[in-house]
Amino acid sequence: MNAALTCTVTPDETLAVTLTGDWLLDAELPGIEPVIAQLQQTPAPAAVTFDTSGLGDWDTGLVSRLVSIRRCAEANGVSLDDDGLPDGARQLIALAFAVSEREGARRKARDIGVLEGIGEKTLRVVSRSRDLLAFVGELMLSFGRLFRGKATYLRSDLVQYIQEAGAEALPIVSLISFLIGMIFAFVGVMQLENFGAGIYTADLVAVAMVREMAPIMTAIIMAGRTGAAYAAQIGTMKVNEEVDALTTLGMDPVDFLVTPRVIALIVMLPMLTLYGSLMGILGGAFVGLSMLDVSLVQYATQTVNSVGLNSLLGGLFKSVVYGSLVAIAGCQQGLACGNSAMAVGESTTRAVVMGIVLIVVSASILTVIYINLGI
Amino acid sequence: MQDSEGHIVAKDITIAYGDFVVQRDLNFTVNRGDVFIIMGGSGCGKSTLLKVMIGLKEPAKGDILYEDTPFWASGEGKREAMKRKFGTLFQSGALWSSMTLAENVALALKQYTSLDEAEIRDVVAYKLMLVGLAGFEDYYPNEISGGMKKRAGLARAMALDPEILFFDEPSAGLDPISARLLDDLILELRDSLGTTVVVVTHELASIFAIGNNSVFLDADAKTQLATGDPVELRDSHPNELVRTFLRRGAPEASAA
Repeated sequence: MNAALTCTVTPDETLAVTLTGDWLLDAELPGIEPVIAQLQQTPAPAAVTFDTSGLGDWDTGLVSRLVSIRRCAEANGVSLDDDGLPDGARQLIALAFAVSEREGARRKARDIGVLEGIGEKTLRVVSRSRDLLAFVGELMLSFGRLFRGKATYLRSDLVQYIQEAGAEALPIVSLISFLIGMIFAFVGVMQLENFGAGIYTADLVAVAMVREMAPIMTAIIMAGRTGAAYAAQIGTMKVNEEVDALTTLGMDPVDFLVTPRVIALIVMLPMLTLYGSLMGILGGAFVGLSMLDVSLVQYATQTVNSVGLNSLLGGLFKSVVYGSLVAIAGCQQGLACGNSAMAVGESTTRAVVMGIVLIVVSASILTVIYINLGI
Repeated sequence: MQDSEGHIVAKDITIAYGDFVVQRDLNFTVNRGDVFIIMGGSGCGKSTLLKVMIGLKEPAKGDILYEDTPFWASGEGKREAMKRKFGTLFQSGALWSSMTLAENVALALKQYTSLDEAEIRDVVAYKLMLVGLAGFEDYYPNEISGGMKKRAGLARAMALDPEILFFDEPSAGLDPISARLLDDLILELRDSLGTTVVVVTHELASIFAIGNNSVFLDADAKTQLATGDPVELRDSHPNELVRTFLRRGAPEASAA
């Protein structure tokens, strides 16, 4: 039966509400606006009574509306007589009003103006940069403790981090470097052949890989792979209060969690870069040899002669810088994580974005420095 | 609505992880309006049994009948429809941390009913009032205490007026007074809504305060040792293990 609601004001100033039919959550239910309107009139009725003799099945659909009516009645100082309601509904309403709303709990939505928004964002950037600098400072102190043999960490953890950031990254580094070497060789062959200088493709690939591409690509791979993992691991530990547990045992979370991870990346990224350079040169050679009319020996000699020790060391130094930046971004975001699943996701995202931005910015700076030094 | 066979019937349930059998040959009946306790020592498979009942883990053998309809033997689609009549409160609330309390409660309402925004807001406000969280609509789960999370989880479990409410360790991690209030709330909901309640717990205080029917699982025997009213089990069950558990290991003479 369809639900219906009628309300009439009796001669003794009472608002009599009659409810009939099935009041179920998913059914088409009549609005309670007529009742609310009567309650808000001046003078307000003296009381509200209910007649539910014609009421069929009911559930939350009925009770939530009755709760709204009672709220409105209370706000307007109208007494509510619930004798006419079914027992169960009366109990539920009593239960709903048993705990009064905590003072000041409710929040008011606040409009933020454009200027205020810009200001807030700027202040956040400033405070984040300050956090990052403070973290670098803490890391330096931690390294100091490490060299004096005073830092607590697990040797086995360090070995595991080195394995995760090293050997286990080989497949992806191989694939990306090999393909990038091939792409460079393609571009080189197409352009240099025009001048009859196709053999210089070997120089182009080798120099580009060793000096710039291998360090930067490997670092970006590791920012997405390992930097993100660090942020997620440490962030989840923070959510589970594992970081607090370390602190209460008197162990510095930076010593225990961060320093070994930073060391692992600083040690392994140059090695991966070296390996990546080799894979890139192989990829280049594969394209170069199949498209150019040169012998393997010629190509190899050209490659070896093009890469000086300066280029090699310069590339490796870059990868040390990138490695520390990726590890710092990951660990700092992990330790700054909030305490929910959402926050872990945000930290991880920020760790990767920050890692890549730091890599690219420092790459530009280093390139300018190298040029001025003539490396 | 009343049926003689009981609201929930477990028939020869065997639960296993691969070859490792957790519990075998479980048979019990939960009547409509019961507060049914699944109890037993740590690691006996209480929570796993709950997972079987709410559709998270398939039993190795046997089936659960809800109003005489087999749960696991029914197809995926039918099982989904049956699940909609359940509400589950997980151990630590399991609120979605990216949503406010109001959004947590509202999700199922938006998904499965045709209510409009304003109606949903009213229903959500009412559900949160029921669990004593009026005014906390716009809070995120990480901004409230453990006990409040549990109550918010209950509000979410009740969003669709479930016929059966499942609780996994409702009093774990709560102070005695909050635990007592939650127990009272469970009873009030059962009385006013006629909900059938299934509770996994080993808190004796809760067991005797709310339970009127139960099953006792044992980790060593890997099966149920007893089923029935917990008070009767404590006072007169032939198996000493059951009596000792329900007396908290105290000798029989000194038990209240």
